[in-house]
Parts: sequence; C-alpha cells; structure tokens
Amino acid sequence: MGEIIEAEFAERTATDPMVPELFRIDRLKRETEDTFTLELVPVNQDVKISFLPGQFNMLYVFGVGEVAISISGNPALTSHLEHTTRRVGVVTKAMGLLKVGDTIGVRGPFGNHWPVAEEDGRDFVVVAGGIGLAPLRPVLYHLMAQRERYRNIVLLYGARSPEEILYKRELERWRGKFDLEVQVTVDRGSSGWRGNVGVVTPLVARAPFNPSNTVALICGPEIMMRFAAMELQKRGVPPERTFLSMERNMKCALGYCGHCQYGPTFVCKDGPVFRLDRIASIFGKGEI
Amino acid sequence: MVQSVESVIKKHPFFAEMPEKHLEFIAGCAKNVAFPELHAIFHEGDPANEFYFIREGLVAVELVIPHRGATTIQTVSEGEILGWSWASPPYRWHFGARTLQRTRALLFDAKCLRTKCDYDHDLGYELLSRFMGVISARLDATRLQLLDIYGRDN
Repeated sequence: MGEIIEAEFAERTATDPMVPELFRIDRLKRETEDTFTLELVPVNQDVKISFLPGQFNMLYVFGVGEVAISISGNPALTSHLEHTTRRVGVVTKAMGLLKVGDTIGVRGPFGNHWPVAEEDGRDFVVVAGGIGLAPLRPVLYHLMAQRERYRNIVLLYGARSPEEILYKRELERWRGKFDLEVQVTVDRGSSGWRGNVGVVTPLVARAPFNPSNTVALICGPEIMMRFAAMELQKRGVPPERTFLSMERNMKCALGYCGHCQYGPTFVCKDGPVFRLDRIASIFGKGEI
Repeated sequence: MVQSVESVIKKHPFFAEMPEKHLEFIAGCAKNVAFPELHAIFHEGDPANEFYFIREGLVAVELVIPHRGATTIQTVSEGEILGWSWASPPYRWHFGARTLQRTRALLFDAKCLRTKCDYDHDLGYELLSRFMGVISARLDATRLQLLDIYGRDN
C-alpha cells in the first residue's frame, strides 16, 4: 500500500506544478550581512535541473510558507540550483536559519526569461540595483559563455554600500576580463572605498555601448528601473529592446490566484520579464 | 593624438548646438589640467572661480563632517562636469573635490565667463540652461540616493 502511495506521489510531483519537489541544501554562502545564497540539490536524483535566465522558483520552508525567488545560478550547470535572497520577510528570515543538509520544497521553474537567444550580434547593457543583480546573474553567465555571439557587454551595478555589493569575487573576476565592462557604484561610500559613489542610473550616459544596436536588461527596485529606463531612452535605446524584471506578490506562480496581477497581466506567468513598450502605459503608475 | 581645447569642447554633448561664437569664447577661457591621485582640486568654502570638464579619471565630491572626516557625496568621472558654485553668489565651493584616480580635465575660468555673461545674455542663457540640465540630473540622482532604494523596505 505504502509503495503505491509513494508511486502516486512521485507521479503527481512529476506532473503537478503545485506540488513541491524536495531539495537538500548542499552549500550556504553568506553574501552580505542580510543576504545569502543557497545551493540546492534534488533529493530524488531523477529530478532534472533546467531553467532559463530570468526564471524563478517557489521555495517552500516547511511549516512557514512559500516565496518566489529568482534563480541566480549558472543555467549551464545542471548539478544544482542557486538562489540568492535577502532576509526580509517571515519566509526568507526562516530560510536564513536553515543549515546545510536541511531540506526545502521547490516548485518551478516558472515565468518567462531574458531575451538572449535571439539577439546575436547585439550590444548588451545590464543595469542592476541591489539584490536585482541576482536574477541577472544567470544571463551574465550565459552572455560570457556565448561571448562570441555578442558585441559589447556592459554591467552597471548599484549597491547601497561597499559592504552590500553582491558576488564581489565574481564581479572582480568579470571586471578583470577584457571583454566585459563592469561599473559598480554605491549610494554611500566608506572610508576605504575608491570607486564610484552615486546612484547607478547616471552610469548609463557614459557606458560604452551602441544604443542603436543594444538590448538593455534592467532589474532592481522599481523606482531605479524607471530612472534607468529613462536614461536608456535618452541614450537612444528603443523601448522594444529594453526589458525589465518586475516583482509582485507571487503565490501560485501559475496565473491562477491573481495575487501578482499587474494591469492586464500576471507577473508569474506573463513575466517576470517584460518588454518596456508593452507595459509603458502602466509602468510607474502608483495605482497598478 | 593631441586634441585642441576647442575640438574637445565641440565634441562634448554639454556644448552641443551652441553657436560657434560662444564656443570660441568659451574655449578661450579653458585650459588642460592634470591632477595626481588623491589631489584636492578645491576645498569647501574656497572661492569658486572655475569649473571642470573631466576628460579622464575619477573625482570625489566631498563634505567634511565633524568626527567623520571627508565624506564622499558622489563621484564625477569622464565626460561629466564638476562644479557649479561659480554660477551663483557667494561664489564659494559648497563641497570639496578630490581625485580618486589620476585625472585629466579642462579647467574653465568661470570668473571670466561670469563677467562675459553679465554683458552677453545670449551666452549667459546658453551656458546656464546647460548647467540647469546638469543640476537637474544631479538633483534626481540625489533624491534617489536619499530614498535609500536598496534598503530593507524597498
């Protein structure tokens, strides 16, 4: 009887996107004071890991709740999943208390993805703010892995302070490459900081890319994305080649519950990546 | 390749579409300067009789806070304008400026420009409307900084 139930459960898990899959925390990395990255491996070794840059998973801390978190790892690696998050709500605070070896429920991947496959020969400008770098990290891995397919690649990243810069070692490594421009700025410099101070959006004006042949990807607080989009438009990047990752209160991740409604769309199934011209009439509207 | 001051000015978006006669005059008030790393370009409270167009490098705009020392408010880098205290009385720097990297710039004699603008209002309008753009962009950036948009509540 027990075997039959287990078999039924396994079948449901494989076909029902509402049923979480068990994953074990394989590694836990503290990124900043309140931000951490989980490396997750499936308990069931038959589970295949596959996702596209920009997609998200629903992570379930048992007994506490479920929360949507972008996938922040390398899409070419199928051995594990990576999720970077900040301890900010009930679920993520509980998640921050988990240890290596603990299990967590995972549903996904959900949502659409950053448009990279169909943009050969373009310049890419990636504008990230705060923890908004996490959903853009997979796309950076992809762009680097397929470097010969693209022209200039520019990463503009703004953080609150030097201590709150995500993926510091990786940024340093990327900056050291001669085929990627990385510019980092912080809102508040500390005494040892010798880099840019100020918001990320003015960096757009002087970044090395050809606006008429550029795809822009933006992720961060919505106000930052609005100003970044304005700067990109000033430079001449058309809205149909400007993409943003939106965030709303995602619950079911399948467009059933309506919690993440954004105008006529649901962020979970129609997004989270939106083309600027397609949301121009509602983007930045306080009522939406 | 060495570029003349005039050709550098003409290429910069700040001076785009400015009438030739004004450009010539402005170029006459400019000279190339270079500063080593960690050089104080100007100090808070000193007379503000110039402004700079940064050609290369990075400059920290600073405010000295008691018990904390010099605190960087923002940085200004290649292609950007540094300083507008010259444009309004009492013509003293509201902030200090210090290089964070070796920096090359064009220095504009603002005292000379200010005097000229008093007589040539067309030049005054052309110049100050461009500075309005710089000031407005800096104000937007400062407002975003004040919002602490990457903080826990955002």
